[in-house]
Amino acid sequence: MSNPPHLGRGHRTPWRSPLRGPWLTSVFGLVLLVGIPVLFVTGLLSYAAYNPDLSPVNDKTPDKGLLGFYLFSWPTHPSWLYGVNQGVHVTLGIVLVPVLLAKLWSVIPKLFERPAVRSVAHGLERLSLLALVGGGLFEFATGVLNVQLDYVFPGSFYPLHFYGAWIFMAAVVVHVALRFPRMVRALKGRDLRAELRTPVSRTRPEPPDDTGLVSPDPAPPTMSRRGALGMVGAGSAALLVVTAGQSIGGPLRETALLAPHNREPGRGPNGFQINKTAAGVGIRARDMGSDWRLVVRGGDRELVLTRQQVLRLPQHGARLPIACVEGWSTPDQRWEGVRLADLAALVGHRDRPPGVLVESVQRHGSFRTVALRDNQVRDPRSLLALKVNGADLSPDHGYPARIIVPGAPGVQNTKWVGRLSFGETL
Amino acid sequence: MRGRYGASPWHLLLLLCSFALTAYAGVRLLSGDWFGIALWIVGAALLHDLVLLPLYALADRAVSAVLPAPAVWINHIRVPAFVSGLLLLVWFPLILGEQTRRYERSTGLSADIFPRRWLLITAVLFAVSALWLALRRWRARPGRAPEVSP
Repeated sequence: MSNPPHLGRGHRTPWRSPLRGPWLTSVFGLVLLVGIPVLFVTGLLSYAAYNPDLSPVNDKTPDKGLLGFYLFSWPTHPSWLYGVNQGVHVTLGIVLVPVLLAKLWSVIPKLFERPAVRSVAHGLERLSLLALVGGGLFEFATGVLNVQLDYVFPGSFYPLHFYGAWIFMAAVVVHVALRFPRMVRALKGRDLRAELRTPVSRTRPEPPDDTGLVSPDPAPPTMSRRGALGMVGAGSAALLVVTAGQSIGGPLRETALLAPHNREPGRGPNGFQINKTAAGVGIRARDMGSDWRLVVRGGDRELVLTRQQVLRLPQHGARLPIACVEGWSTPDQRWEGVRLADLAALVGHRDRPPGVLVESVQRHGSFRTVALRDNQVRDPRSLLALKVNGADLSPDHGYPARIIVPGAPGVQNTKWVGRLSFGETL
Repeated sequence: MRGRYGASPWHLLLLLCSFALTAYAGVRLLSGDWFGIALWIVGAALLHDLVLLPLYALADRAVSAVLPAPAVWINHIRVPAFVSGLLLLVWFPLILGEQTRRYERSTGLSADIFPRRWLLITAVLFAVSALWLALRRWRARPGRAPEVSP
């Protein structure tokens, strides 16, 4: 285009920032080009971690079809795998929010370009951009709301965030394919280090070009490109500081000033992060009292055990973390209890035990029944835990007994376990 | 090669592949409350492009208009306001107490610290920015040799 774009007849453009231009857009684009694939891959891994192909009870998107092509048995080594995956997914997503906003700010004149549709190709591309911008904002919004338990979105988080991610990525691939050469050209056109030495007094608009990003009527600069990049970087850094500690734990947890899991809920052996309190999911005192029984089933065999009887079985220890899909995790806790493999042996599965269906006495809330795969049952660190850090489990941590499995999503470490059915995962 | 379509055949092929995937995921996404979900996706783009962005651009212009010269001082408002606004944008459900009861019953933690902390962080950001401005003015006071502009 040789003529600068105008808004309607005779109006000058309202987009007058002298900083807008292909170089600035490309810098933000490059950051997102690295970050968004990481978000996508960690998101897909998180879905695989639930072992959704093992049992319908693990799968919140059972009609996924080909979109689950990559699923695999989630490993139990290393035990911190899920915590790191989710820490990266959630923290990186939050840290990229200012970059996403800056990228959208930098390209806003394109929304109002005229003619709105130049050709069929241009029209289709703009339709894809709606999926890119709408899908991207949808993914960031649902993620940010979900980690704060603010379930205002229209449906269950899992299908919205999973299918939304595929729609967003379908548009990302098109956008990258069509814009990558231009991004490389733009980045080569200016020297980043020189740009970082340019103060506001020497800041000039990028040369007019055909991208439609450079303002045809630029205002005098009040900020350098260095300043703009610095401001966005400061935003990302601030979000990192007030968020990351909840995924690291220890003394750094308190630095996560605005993150949901930024303090320990108490002191002592049970004073670590809780996902659902007993009161919050309707667990009553008698659910945990002397009437509590553990039912262990395998084939046609069934055992009913009191807590005392479970305590008399061989007890083993394991140092394992809890890591939540919401991105927070705990450091390793010292769990003690009965190996899941030993419980399987009690009902006849002596060698190579199968997977297990775990049912909580919890009355409501999702994931009160989960299926664990055979590799998880066979790991000697997978326990039906009765104690943690030397003390009995507290009610909020699943007294009388809970599951702890290395590397599994926190929600699959079922609390207030009532029944274990080996070989009945489907 | 471009013809009446307006781009190369590869362009069309790429977009059709993308739309096929979008449709495949889309029918699954929209199998629930399809209207609400479509509204959220299209609404997110419209809300950002036609409300949020124009609002902060206008706010920026309004502050520039009322501030005394030199114009670069606006950055001492702009940067802390941007960071504070960003923290609010991301953590508003906790800061505004959208789900206090659910949060407290889930985590066993009290929800009342978030608004205080956000206000404190905001105060610190503006205070640091003001101190920085004071330092710049002091260094640029008459009688001092002019320094390289930052």
